[in-house]
Amino acid sequence: MKSILVCIKRVVDYNVRVRVKPDNSGVATDGLKMSINPFDEIALEEALRIRERGQAGEVVVASIGPADTQQQLRMALAMGADRALLVESATSLEPLDVAKVFVKLAERERPLLVLLGKQAIDDDNNQTGQMLAALWQRPQATFASKLELTGDKAIVTREVDAGLETVEVELPAVITTDLRLNEPRYVKLPEIMKAKKKPFETFALSTLGISPRQRLKPVRYEPPQQRQKGIMVKTPQELVEALKKRGLVA
Amino acid sequence: MSRVLIIAEHDGKTLNPATAKCVTCAQLIPGAQITVAVFAADASGVAAQAARLQHVARVLKVENAANEHPLGAVLAPQIASLARGFSHVLGPSTTFGKDLMPRVAALLDTAQVSDIMAVESATRFRRPIYAGNVVLTVEAVDCETIVGTVRTASFEAAGEGGSASIEASSPTSESELAVGTRLVALSGAKTDRPDLQTARRVVSGGRALGSADNFKMLYSLADKLGAALGASRAAVDAGYVANDFQVGQTGKIIAPELYVAIGISGAIQHLTGIKDARTIVAINKDPEAPIFEVADYGLVGDLFTIVPELERLL
Ligand SMILES: Cc1cc2nc3c(=O)[nH]c(=O)nc-3n(C[C@H](O)[C@H](O)[C@H](O)COP(=O)(O)OP(=O)(O)OC[C@H]3O[C@@H](n4cnc5c(N)ncnc54)[C@H](O)[C@@H]3O)c2cc1C
Ligand SMILES: Nc1ncnc2c1ncn2[C@@H]1O[C@H](COP(=O)(O)O)[C@@H](O)[C@H]1O
Repeated sequence: MKSILVCIKRVVDYNVRVRVKPDNSGVATDGLKMSINPFDEIALEEALRIRERGQAGEVVVASIGPADTQQQLRMALAMGADRALLVESATSLEPLDVAKVFVKLAERERPLLVLLGKQAIDDDNNQTGQMLAALWQRPQATFASKLELTGDKAIVTREVDAGLETVEVELPAVITTDLRLNEPRYVKLPEIMKAKKKPFETFALSTLGISPRQRLKPVRYEPPQQRQKGIMVKTPQELVEALKKRGLVA
Repeated sequence: MSRVLIIAEHDGKTLNPATAKCVTCAQLIPGAQITVAVFAADASGVAAQAARLQHVARVLKVENAANEHPLGAVLAPQIASLARGFSHVLGPSTTFGKDLMPRVAALLDTAQVSDIMAVESATRFRRPIYAGNVVLTVEAVDCETIVGTVRTASFEAAGEGGSASIEASSPTSESELAVGTRLVALSGAKTDRPDLQTARRVVSGGRALGSADNFKMLYSLADKLGAALGASRAAVDAGYVANDFQVGQTGKIIAPELYVAIGISGAIQHLTGIKDARTIVAINKDPEAPIFEVADYGLVGDLFTIVPELERLL
């Protein structure tokens, strides 16, 4: 039975508030808590559920990142993935190159589905899945909040600005997850121990024949403009009067 | 000179206001000459609307039965072949543009700048990262064509009064277009209220509302104010309202004149969606709620007594 490939990015935990370095050259991430990108955790949960329903074989998790990315992949194995692939890269790649790496992995694994998060919460790019689908020449269904497999097709409900859209895509396909697709399971301690025995392959980026290119050069990182703290009013009446004075209500 | 191609967002009849905001962004690119492309089964109506936008020089109609619904896999190859000779290809950072534009960029083997919030030069842009906690200035290097999505809350809509030429572009034959994707259904909550993304006033509710029924008290407040309705993720997850009401990092990024947050704590992911609101009002029973850090007017108290009172006063 065909596998599912899940792309997992290591990011600063969503509860941590990051700061810009004083010289504006980057974001200070040293020593911060790192986690699986929340959308990718949802992607993994969905893959596990599909496997548990008997609709897929293995669940393979893959990541591109520094050696420490091992931690997030081990966590993914503890959640229930069957094996992990780490493409080691000390520098962070742009989405187009990430997508090129995943095309290689998709060609190797020949999965039924590639599941990704809709966006990584560090760079907020929201690009990789769509780029992978284009380069792999397969259908895409982005921002999924419901996913059903029927034979050689997937029926996907997508969260779009107008509401919900349902599309049918031929498999294999690329699907990116939205927050309401599912609620990821908690990892139990014994699973973390057991996960240490699961297959874990590491490659160097260069062995995949991809030489990344920097096309978007970061020039400057800055904190956003802060809003001025306003005033506290005591009563609804005071509020309405203040808004009237500003011409915001009639 | 920069030749900028903007991909129009529309529903077959009406041009989405997000497109007029892309035009304003494009206009800030030095020496921009702007073309808007309308992909549709029948593009005439929408093309005429696009042609009236100020700063637009040319409108291209790309008509094809396969273009009736905007499917990324179908549109992207057509856009990629149209894009040759353009220095920039822009779309709105709405679910339409977010789905489509990276697929175009990959076909062009180029980079995409997501969520452009400011233009510094033809190749230099500012964009929010880390849920808006950081603003990054990026320089696109070695890109024959730069693909970008435009953070619509950062730009005013281009005005009307233009008179661009409208041309039909020769379409790709339907059989050449990627199959493998089919639209099954589109269900939007149709309302008579103003559209959340473009409304001048928005009333938004959070988890504190407690139920879909309770949420209805905000409907009447919104009606009194002529406001659109919004919600936090917690309220949507709990099923009080549909997903298209969600405001924030993973919902809609909005910039109304007045935003009233009721029973919303002010998580960073929510705040990132309302940063550009002119005036923020917060009603929350917890004086320490982070929403008060950004509110222009804060009122501490129980929403279940305050909201009816407000409604009476308005
Ligand atoms: C990757 C990611 C993306 C996310 N994207 C979004 C997003 O796009 N939009 C979004 O909103 N969230 C988003 N979130 C979730 C976000 O972190 C918060 O969990 C969410 O915004 C909380 O919603 P809330 O303020 O309604 O609920 P809570 O945080 O539970 O706040 C409820 C508030 O109501 C107040 N309250 C309770 N009872 C009353 C009463 N009777 N009267 C007055 N006040 C009362 C409480 O004091 C509290 O401040 C995201 C999270 C993640 C991890
Ligand atoms: N370096 C990476 N390693 C693994 N997966 C990634 C990486 N970068 C992006 N992804 C995947 O692509 C999704 C979208 O990321 P982005 O396009 O960067 O917002 C993420 O949610 C991940 O599933």
